[in-house]
Amino acid sequence: MPHDTTITTPRSGRTTVDSSVVAKATSAHRKRRATVWAIRLALVAGWLVSWELTATYWIDPFFYSKPSAVWQRLVEWFTVGTSQGSIWEQIEVTLQEAVLGFALGALAGVVLGILLGRSRLLAEICAPFIKAANAVPRIVLAALFVLWFGLGMTSKVATAFVLVFFAVFFNAFQGAREVDRNLVNNARVLGASRLRVLTSIVVPSATSWILASLHIAFGFALIGAVVGEFTGASKGLGLLINRSQNMYDAPGIYAGMIVITVIALLAEWLLSVLEKRLLRWRPQAGGTEVRV
Amino acid sequence: MTPDPVIELRNATKRFRASSGGVHTAVRDLTMTVRGGAFVAVVGPTGCGKSTTLSLVSGLEPPSEGVVLVRGEEVFCIPPGVGYMFQNDAVLPWRSVLDNVASGPRYRGSSRAEARDRARVWVERVGLAGFEGYYPHQLSGGMRKRVALAQTLVNEPEILLMDEPFSALDVQTRSLMQDELLRLWAGSDAAVVFVTHDLEEAIALADRVVVMTASPATVKASFDVALPRPRNVEEIRMTDEFLFVYREIWDSLREEVNRAREEASHRAA
Repeated sequence: MPHDTTITTPRSGRTTVDSSVVAKATSAHRKRRATVWAIRLALVAGWLVSWELTATYWIDPFFYSKPSAVWQRLVEWFTVGTSQGSIWEQIEVTLQEAVLGFALGALAGVVLGILLGRSRLLAEICAPFIKAANAVPRIVLAALFVLWFGLGMTSKVATAFVLVFFAVFFNAFQGAREVDRNLVNNARVLGASRLRVLTSIVVPSATSWILASLHIAFGFALIGAVVGEFTGASKGLGLLINRSQNMYDAPGIYAGMIVITVIALLAEWLLSVLEKRLLRWRPQAGGTEVRV
Repeated sequence: MTPDPVIELRNATKRFRASSGGVHTAVRDLTMTVRGGAFVAVVGPTGCGKSTTLSLVSGLEPPSEGVVLVRGEEVFCIPPGVGYMFQNDAVLPWRSVLDNVASGPRYRGSSRAEARDRARVWVERVGLAGFEGYYPHQLSGGMRKRVALAQTLVNEPEILLMDEPFSALDVQTRSLMQDELLRLWAGSDAAVVFVTHDLEEAIALADRVVVMTASPATVKASFDVALPRPRNVEEIRMTDEFLFVYREIWDSLREEVNRAREEASHRAA
């Protein structure tokens, strides 16, 4: 056995510490968490109650609506249905557009980002074009896409794609550029071909960059889909919000926002699970250790 | 063992474009040979271009002028049978110890199972049995060096290039790793080129010590180290023979170290 076997497993420290100390630390930790959650809930409750009260007594609920009205609208949507039909159908359509745009945009962003990140010549040639394309107010393209692809799903997927692509592309590009030269040289001497260097060194190195961008990118995909629907569509949550606006139905706009927010949070949670799975080789900050 | 030189540098020069826009000459007119199975240490002042010499031999960098031969053939790309241990850890943080060591055979076309079998043998040889499933961040610096060593040796290189591999380790771990290296090298007939700025380390390990000049690097002198093998690096340091050789080489190296220091202070001023 080597002499330098100082392994840092988070558990090794715990066994030597007195169990009462651990119990104390654990209960302190729990107490703190409870306090944080209590304050969070109080903040939300305070906000909702003050909104409800001001909308009831001072300001016009027709424009600003109030929590109880929004809640009623949500209940109505999920039990009776919306003006455009079943709420689930709207969610499904928007989600399909967002997921499709996200998948295609992320794929294109990763592939092109890594390609340009590894080829200096290509990067140098393409740099001004990419900068220009990035400077274009892309959300306006939604209007153009409706003209090109019609009111169907394609125009929304295209809008989501354009938004996602740039977010992912720049991160993949940076990630591929900042690969440790040492690792690449080492792999080459060990016998790796160019392709193997790419797949076994560059892609895993860039993964943490790419995953970080995917979090933002899914938000963008949803925005792209909703704005696309807003511009012109026959189905979807964006259309629902648009219709609510046209009918001066403020609660409907809020309700639509809430549904989209919940979807975004769920997607965020799914991506975090994926990230944890892919990056489990990384040291965990804090780990499972009990802080004393 | 082949008596012919396995490595030969003939008037090799390497220039880089400096970030300031000028040209920096790292190695100038370097001529040296290494025989098969020999352990050669290259010492010189810090930053003199020793590492560049290794990248020329490994084929990672082409020479600007002159010729580099490995086993009699000119180097254009990475020659087969070369292993290279870098100064900084080059282990892959997302692979376990076993899969890191198995990288070389995998790259060279072995199946996963075969590569892992070969890797397992080397993980054991470098004293890491039981740590196959660990990730690099869970290991100490010395253990990561062992992984890097196994990763290089699993390819069974005939030429082993080492660029200050142990310089980041604490003194005790370093001696331990030096002994380990000698033990593993004794069981092979690989030629080793070991770059270091630590003269003690160079003498304790090598059959021959090559002294490099301050930047741009070229060979200043070469000394044979006739200390008996097998060696224990901690004990051999205290022998009279060791001190005698040390004084002899240090006389040659001191000038270069002073020159490098002066240049550095000029640059800073």
